[in-house]
Amino acid sequence: MHHLRDRGFVHPLPSEITPRAAYEGRRDLLKHLAGGAAGAVLAAWAGRDALAQAARPGKLAPLPGVRSTVPGAMTMEKLTPYEDATGYNNFYEFGTDKADPARRAGTLVPRPWTVAIEGEVKKPRILDLDALLKLAPMEERVYRLRCVEGWSMVVPWVGYSLAELIRQVEPTGNARFVEFVTLADKAQMPGLRSSVLDWPYVEGLRLDEAMNPLTLLTFGLYGEVLPNQNGAPVRVVVPWKYGFKSGKSIVRIRFTEKQPATSWVKAASQEYGFYSNVNPSVDHPRWSQATERRLGEDGLFQKKRPTLMFNGYEAQVAQLYTGLDLRKNY
Amino acid sequence: MSATMTHPGPAARPAPARRPPVLLHPSAKPLLFVACLLPFAWLLYGALANRLGANPAEALIRATGDWTLRFLCLTLAVTPLRSWTGQPALARFRRMLGLFTFFYVVWHFLAYAWLDMGFDAAAIATDIPKRPFALVGFAALLLMLPLAATSFNRAIKALGAARWQALHRAVYAIVLLGLLHFFWMRAAKNNFGEVAVYAAVVALLLGWRLKRRLQRRD
Repeated sequence: MHHLRDRGFVHPLPSEITPRAAYEGRRDLLKHLAGGAAGAVLAAWAGRDALAQAARPGKLAPLPGVRSTVPGAMTMEKLTPYEDATGYNNFYEFGTDKADPARRAGTLVPRPWTVAIEGEVKKPRILDLDALLKLAPMEERVYRLRCVEGWSMVVPWVGYSLAELIRQVEPTGNARFVEFVTLADKAQMPGLRSSVLDWPYVEGLRLDEAMNPLTLLTFGLYGEVLPNQNGAPVRVVVPWKYGFKSGKSIVRIRFTEKQPATSWVKAASQEYGFYSNVNPSVDHPRWSQATERRLGEDGLFQKKRPTLMFNGYEAQVAQLYTGLDLRKNY
Repeated sequence: MSATMTHPGPAARPAPARRPPVLLHPSAKPLLFVACLLPFAWLLYGALANRLGANPAEALIRATGDWTLRFLCLTLAVTPLRSWTGQPALARFRRMLGLFTFFYVVWHFLAYAWLDMGFDAAAIATDIPKRPFALVGFAALLLMLPLAATSFNRAIKALGAARWQALHRAVYAIVLLGLLHFFWMRAAKNNFGEVAVYAAVVALLLGWRLKRRLQRRD
């Protein structure tokens, strides 16, 4: 389904859609090739493609997930190398340089861990990590990640829709927003000494955004548990919004009636709005958002690629914003 | 005569005071030239070997900017160092350091224009005024152009030493703009550690000049 400015959404004819069995069969075929039916060279090449989605890097404990069937959840784009996805991070609790989190997040203790679910819910509770891990089946989801700074990645996450958790705690009729609070422990997070943001880091979504099946409660990437620098042991990933909307190392999920005061809105409301949907036609005051650099893939001298509306998830999420002026609600 | 005088022993070496200073050695300039090129060579190697991390474009833009500031500080350090170390011969390296500052700032701008903007002139023309920190950096680059263009001996003669010197005092504006550019860039993340180091160095180098000027007036 493509959204064209002058024609609205264009749906393919049913006859044009590749049957699921056919495209899934392609992967099986490649696996068979890899199994030895073809020559060694061809097998190596084919095997690479068959396993391309999230071959385990073998660094951390495995966390397998089944291929997600949520629409839009499995982009076929080339994955960002594990080293880049785990070595180039914004996680200011460990420093503002992109290399700081990978270097300094070793002090984070991701177990034992609890997440308090509170506020406007009928069943508030404190869940420990094991309870969270068992709450719903793990899925692998390959999402584009677009940072507000103008770079992007493609990351195979492991987790389940946040909606699974939300349904279990039963929001009250007053719940309109969900607030995510990141751990703020000076002993574990050296970056908290800097006053760059008002700690703890707070992010938030409208309840309907949080309920969208693409909003992922995330426990792993590349088939393994999250490395500390990527927000261990549990974070959210909201693929159609700029990366900073996806809070890391979450200790509290609070349901509220009022829009949460999120960290970047508090720090610079002229530059960062509550919505922060990826939008190539609404520039950051200091730079254009029309294009992006895909890390680990686009060559140094390659032109930057165009940024997609809602980061390419327009078909899945555009209906959330019907009637909303996205230029005002940036 | 004592026996020691007849032997060409250690005492026969020319006295240190008579030895031509290292700074005046014919190979001093070529050696410095090569040393100044080392950061560039390292970055070029990193770019070609893909060893600049996850975001090589950003790494190149930042590194060339860092080296511009470093060379600017080195250039401005020549005159105070002549006085502090009693080595007036240091002056012969000042032009080369100044021109290497220009060399790195040109690469800094090229890296931005090429890697960030894809040499799209219209995009560059709208991007620079949109960002105060970029505008300040660009102003510093423009101010450096006449300095680089009048760096050779005949330009000094043509302008006359006094006018040439007045023109080249623009370096003080350039270093302050460069520092502001860096400060503003880092302000987005409240990350002022490195900015403070450069600011301290620049304050020392300019403060020494100010103090000398005030003392001369007395």
